[in-house]
Amino acid sequence: MSIYTKKKPDVAPAPGPVLEMSGITKRFGTVAANEDISIQLARGEVLALLGENGAGKTTLMNILFGHYMPDTGRVSVNGRDLVLGRPRDAIRAGVGMVHQHFTLAGNLTVLENVMTGTEPLFAPASHTRAARRRLTDLAERFGLTVDPDARVGDLSVGQQQRAEILKALYNDATVLILDEPTAVLTRPEAERLFTVLRGMAADGLSVIFISHKLNEVIEGADRVVVLRQGRVTAERATSETTKDELAELMVGRRVERPRRTEAMRGAAMVRAEGVSVVTAGVTRLNAVDFSIHRGEVLGIIGVSGNGQTTLAHLLSGLVSPSAGTLTIAGQNSGRLSPRDLIAKGVARIPEDRNTEGAIGDFSLWQSAILERLGESRFAKWGIVRAGAAREFCAQVIERFDVRGGTPDTATRLLSGGNMQKLIFGRNLIDAPKVLIAAQPTRGLDEGAIAAVHGEILAARAAGCAVLLISEDLDEVLALADRAQAIVGGRLSPPVATDTLDARRLGLMMAGEWDVTDAA
Amino acid sequence: MRLERRVHRPALLTLGAPLLALAFALAVAGGLIALSGAPVIEAYKRIAIGAFGSRLAITETLTRATPLILTGLAAAVAFRARVWNIGAEGQFYIGALAVAALGNVLPFSAGLLLGGALAGAVLLVVPVLLRLRFGVDEVVTTLLLNFIVLLFVSLAIEGFLRDPLAFGWPQSVPVPSEARLGKLIEKTRLHWGLVIAVGVALAVFAVNRFTVFGLQSQAAGANADAARFAGVPISRTLIGVACLSGGLAGLAGAIEVLGVKGHVSTALSPGFGYTGIVVAMLANLSAIGVIFAALFVAAMFVGADGMSRALEVPSFIADVTTSLALLAMLVALFFTNYRVAR
Repeated sequence: MSIYTKKKPDVAPAPGPVLEMSGITKRFGTVAANEDISIQLARGEVLALLGENGAGKTTLMNILFGHYMPDTGRVSVNGRDLVLGRPRDAIRAGVGMVHQHFTLAGNLTVLENVMTGTEPLFAPASHTRAARRRLTDLAERFGLTVDPDARVGDLSVGQQQRAEILKALYNDATVLILDEPTAVLTRPEAERLFTVLRGMAADGLSVIFISHKLNEVIEGADRVVVLRQGRVTAERATSETTKDELAELMVGRRVERPRRTEAMRGAAMVRAEGVSVVTAGVTRLNAVDFSIHRGEVLGIIGVSGNGQTTLAHLLSGLVSPSAGTLTIAGQNSGRLSPRDLIAKGVARIPEDRNTEGAIGDFSLWQSAILERLGESRFAKWGIVRAGAAREFCAQVIERFDVRGGTPDTATRLLSGGNMQKLIFGRNLIDAPKVLIAAQPTRGLDEGAIAAVHGEILAARAAGCAVLLISEDLDEVLALADRAQAIVGGRLSPPVATDTLDARRLGLMMAGEWDVTDAA
Repeated sequence: MRLERRVHRPALLTLGAPLLALAFALAVAGGLIALSGAPVIEAYKRIAIGAFGSRLAITETLTRATPLILTGLAAAVAFRARVWNIGAEGQFYIGALAVAALGNVLPFSAGLLLGGALAGAVLLVVPVLLRLRFGVDEVVTTLLLNFIVLLFVSLAIEGFLRDPLAFGWPQSVPVPSEARLGKLIEKTRLHWGLVIAVGVALAVFAVNRFTVFGLQSQAAGANADAARFAGVPISRTLIGVACLSGGLAGLAGAIEVLGVKGHVSTALSPGFGYTGIVVAMLANLSAIGVIFAALFVAAMFVGADGMSRALEVPSFIADVTTSLALLAMLVALFFTNYRVAR
C-alpha cells in the first residue's frame, strides 16, 4: 500500500477553502441530478466524490467546470465567484478538468495538444521552445513522464491521461478535477496515477476525483463526499470510515431481499468454457466460464469497461470466440451471427438502446422487425410485409405497455423507458429460450425499471435462461439467482446471491473474489 | 447558444423547406442580376420563357432533365445508405463509353443500356469494396476516379474507339442507328430516355419503400451499429447500394449516348454527375423528389441560356442559382432537424 501513502502538505493551509460550491441544484426535466449540494475543498486536499451511476457526480463537476448551468447555487474558487456556465472563466480561475473521455487531438503531439488554446490565433510566432521547457518542467516535477513530441494517437490510455493532466497543469490549474480517472486504466497505471495525485496535493494543489471504487477512495483520498440520487448523503474523512460503511452509504440502505419466487432451475442453455475474445489485438474476455440455465437468472456484475460489452456482443452474435467453446442450446457455436442467434431462440437486449437497440429515424414497426427480416412472416421474396409488421408492432405495444406511439411513430420520439419496453417486447413476445440483457435499466426512471425487472422475472418464470449484465448491485441481488463478477475481462466463480449482500458483491466487483466462497 | 435536435419536425417546415430555399436562391441571384445591370423581373421572365416558353423549350428542358434524374437518383440512393458516391460523373462516362464500345457488337438498345449500367456499377463497387475491406475513404476514391475515367475516355476516343469519319474531331465511333432510342416528339431532341428515367425513379421509390433491401440500406445509413446488431448484412447491403447507384449513373451515360449524341466525346456531360449530387440534395434524397429537382435544375440551365442571349447576363447565373439553392436547402434541412436553444 506504499503507493497510496498520504503526506500532509508542507505548506501552511490557506485561510479559506480553495473551492466552495454551495446550494447547487440542477434539474434535467423532472429529474433532479443535483439537489442543494454544497462541498468545500481545502488547499492540498484530495477529495473523492463517491456514488453510483446517476448519483450526480459528473453533473456536479460539469457545473463546476462550466459545462452546465446550474438552476441555483454558487461556485467560488479562491474566494472569487465564478461566472457559471463559462468553462473559460473556470479555467482562468485555475480549475482544470480531466474528462472520462479525453479531449485530446489524436493527430497532434503532446506538446501541440497542451499548447492548443493557450496562444492567440494570429500570434507572430509560436513560443514552442518556452512551452516545451515549461512542459518538461511540469512533467518532471510531478512525475508525469510522457514524450512531448509523441503523437497522442500513438500513446497508451495511461499516457494520454498524463498528457491531459499536464494540459490542465499547463493552464495553471490549482484545482484538478478527474472524472472516473481509473475507469480506463490498468491496475499499475491506476496506482501510478494516485502517486502523482498525492505528489500534486503535497505541492499545494487540490484534487477532486470521481469514483465508485471503494478501494481507491479509501486509499487515495483524504476526504470523501458520498452522493446518492443527486444529494450529499455523507461526508467522511477517509481515515475515519470503512469500505463497509461507504458501500452502505453509496447504495443507500440495507439491501432488500429479492422478490424472486422459487423457480425450477433447468438444463443449461448456454455454456461457455474457457472462452476468450480478442479484438484488434486486445484480450477483451479472458478464458471465462459460465453457464445459463433455464428458469434462472445469472447476473454479471462489474464496473463498466471490464469486458461487459464484449460479453454482450459475444452472446448477441457480433463477435466470435477466439478460444474456448461456447455451446448454445446444445450446439457448439463457433461463428455466430445475430440472425443465427435469433433463429436459435436467443433474445437480445443491447447495452445501449440508442446506438444499438433502435434506429431513431425508423418508425416503430420498422424498429420492431428489423432484426426479424429473415422470418418469412415479415418478408417474402424480398418484399417487406408491412401489414404483418405493423400488426406485430401493435401487439408489442399493447402487451408490453409501450406508451407514446403507434406503429408509425418515429422511434426517436419514445422515452427511454418506452423504447426499452419496445425492445423487450419485440424479443419476449415469442417466448425465447434465452434472454441476454445488457445493462437493461441503465438511465431509466423508477417506473420503467420496475417494468423491466418484471419482464425479466416473468421470462425466468416461463423457463427462459436469462443472463443479466449490470453495474447495479441492487438489481443483481434482486433478480439474479447466481452472480459472477467481471473484472478486467475475467469472471469470478459463480456465487449464489442468497448468501451475498451488497458489501460482499461490492468487494467482488473490486476483484476480491477470493474472500467469497464459491457456490 | 447551442443547437438541439427537434423532438417533433413540424410538417409545415419539412414541406416548406425546399420552397423557402428556392425563394432564397432566386432572391439572392436576383440581386446579382441587378448588379450586372439587367432588370430582374425581366430576367426571370426570360428564364421562364427560355425553359417553358415554347414546345421546343419544353422539350429541351425535359431532355436536359433526363440524365439529371438518373444521376440524381444515383446520388440519392448512395447517400441514403451513407455511401458517399462523388463519382457519378465517372460512372456516367464509363457507361457512355461501354455503349460506344459495345454498339457494333450488340446493336440493340436494351442490351446497351444494361451494358452501360453494368459498367457504372463496377466502377462504384470497387471503391466500396476498398472501403469495406481496408477502410479507404470512398469520397476520395470516387472523386479521383472521375478524372481517371475522363482521361481514359480521351484515350479511347483518340485511340481504339476513334471515329475515322469525324473529320479529326476526337469522338467515338457512332452507335448504329437501329440501337438508338426513338424520339418522343419528332423534330425535337426529346427521346424515350425521359420515360425510362421517370420509370426508374418510380422503381427506386418502390425499392426504397417496400423491399427488404430498401429497409436494410436505410438502416445501414441511419445507424450502422443498430443495423449490425439487428443482423443486417452491412457489406452485402452496401455492395448492393453501390451496384444500384453506380448502375444508375452508368445508365444515365448510356441513355445520353443512345438518345441524344449517338457517340461519345469529352463534351458529352456538362457535369451531369456532379449536378446529380445537387439534385439529390435538393430532393432531400427522395426518389420522387429527384424528378422535380432535376426539372428545376434543367429549367434553370436551359432558361438561363435564353436569358443571357437576350439580356447579356452571363448564363453562369444558372450555376449560381442552383448552388445557392443547394446551400439554402442544406441550411433549411438542418433547421428542420435542429433548433437553436439557449
